[in-house]
This record gives sequence, structure tokens and C-alpha cells, in this order.
Amino acid sequence: MKEHIFEIISSAVRDMGEELENETLQHVSEETKLFGNGGALDSLALVSLIADVEEKIYDTFERAIVLADERAMSQRTSPFRDVGSLCNYVEKLLND
Amino acid sequence: MTKVILITGTRKGIGEALARHYLMLGNTVIGCSREEGSITHNSYRHFCLDITDESAVISMIRSLKKEFGRLDVLINNAGIASMNHFITTPLSTMEKLFRVNVLGTALMMRECAKVMMKQERGRIINFTTIATPLHLEGEAIYASAKAAIENLTQTTSKELSNYKITVNAIGPTPIQTDLIKAVPKEKIDALIEKQTLKRMGTFDDITHVVDFFVDEKSDFLTGQILYLGGVSR
Repeated sequence: MKEHIFEIISSAVRDMGEELENETLQHVSEETKLFGNGGALDSLALVSLIADVEEKIYDTFERAIVLADERAMSQRTSPFRDVGSLCNYVEKLLND
Repeated sequence: MTKVILITGTRKGIGEALARHYLMLGNTVIGCSREEGSITHNSYRHFCLDITDESAVISMIRSLKKEFGRLDVLINNAGIASMNHFITTPLSTMEKLFRVNVLGTALMMRECAKVMMKQERGRIINFTTIATPLHLEGEAIYASAKAAIENLTQTTSKELSNYKITVNAIGPTPIQTDLIKAVPKEKIDALIEKQTLKRMGTFDDITHVVDFFVDEKSDFLTGQILYLGGVSR
């Protein structure tokens, strides 16, 4: 499942990279920084990425998840900081 | 071009009238209500749900996106009213009014906007009431909840403007629906006296304004609250 999740998030990040003409986002790894502390996304781009990942997760797993939930917003370290942390967070939501 | 339109509260009243209107014009309409739907039409889908149930709302939006591929318009009609003196309004009634009217509307907007953002196109139409600008006695909680919807409309119109989504609201006068069936005639007459144009509203009055907001040509129009009957702030 983790590989699937990584693929979904990578594809959403790559699409965002093309849209923003950002090279770093087009070569995705688990370390790719997303939001805050050197991340390439501003808050508007993050909102779009969240909507895109939620939709792709639904299409693949038939599961409706909300990424910006209370847990995500209250975590000391944001799940949106890099691709790896976002993968882990999605996996956690799908396992709930 | 025909549109894919989601209307909340389509079992009766204004929601049902709007659904039938848009179906007659050849659009695809998705409706929802807590109970079974009352409309049978090839281009109509009904979902039984509570608009404050987050996972039910998300599932509905995802499945309509999957089936129709897009969502052009959201009409947030579903709502509840309760006429009561502020002093004698139970907390449970206050909570319910805010939950359904404000949170239900906001939740539906949030999930539909996620679909519309990707399309870079969308129209959201919310429902307020003339009781809000008139500061109508007996409607303190209902009018406050609708005031929240007005602010939600105006603030989200800014937040969603980058994605070419417009957000506007209509504020109807009383019209003959279940929402006001328990209100005494003298109260309704007194309210109509406060309007500039002194008559009850009709479904057509509402449809006309919603058509205007939905129109492709209305893309330079967002964050507006339009009251019927000549009422203004």
C-alpha cells in the first residue's frame, strides 16, 4: 500500500511542479520538501495539492479521507512538510 | 451548455422547485435531503444524507465527480428555521440552527470547492434571508446563523477567486413553504410591510436570481448578497 500512496503523492507533486515550473517538485523523492521550512509550495499551492491527493486516494482506494483534519493541524511537526511525511500520514488515515 | 448542478434540500420547497427548473432546462441535477427524494427524472440523482455528516458529504461529492466528471454549480439551499423569542430559545435549538445552516453550508462548500478548484471554474450560491438585514424580532438565532453564511460567502469569495469560483448569496423574502408554515399570518404580514415591495415572494423570484448567479456571463460577480423585495442593509 505504501508504494501506491507514494506513487499517488508523487504524481500529484509532479503535476504541481509542472504547473509552478518548479524543477525540484518534478523530481520527487521522499525527501522532497513541500510546505514550510524551505518547501516549494505556498499555502494556495498546498490547498490544491491536498485536493488533488484526496481525489486520487479516493479513485485508487475508494476511501474518502480529509487530509487537513484536526490531527494534521495540531501536530507539532506538520505532515505536509515533505513527501515522506505526507505518505506516512495518508497511510495512517487509511489504516484508521 | 448543460451543467452538472448540486442542490441541497431538494425533497420539497425551494430546493425541489430549483431542481425541477434546472432539470427542465436539460441539466444534470444531483439532489440531497435527509429523507428519500421526491423527484423522478433520468438526469436526477438523489442522495439521502445529513449535510453535517462529513464522511457522507465527502462520499457523495467523490461519487458524483466519478460519475459526471465535473461539478459546475452548488446551490446551498438546505436549511432550518425556528421562530422564537431569544429568551425562550433552548440551547439545543441554537446548536441545531448553527449546525445545519452554517456548518452544513460550509462543509458542502469546502468539498465542492475542491472539485471546482481543479476545473478552475465553478459557481456557489448560498441562501441567507431578509430577516438578517431587517434584524427581525423572533429570528435572533436564525438570522445570526444566516449572517454567518453571508460572511462565509464574502470571505470564501476572496479565498476561491484565484480558482475562478464565484460565491454569492440570495436572501429571499418569505415564500409559501414548510419553513414558514408555523408562523402566524399576522407575523408574515408585518414582515411584508417592512419590505420595499410589499408581497410574498415566489419560486420564480428565487429562480430568476439563482439563474443570474449561475449564468456564464456572471463571472465578474462574486461575494454579493442579493435580497429580494427591495430589502437592503
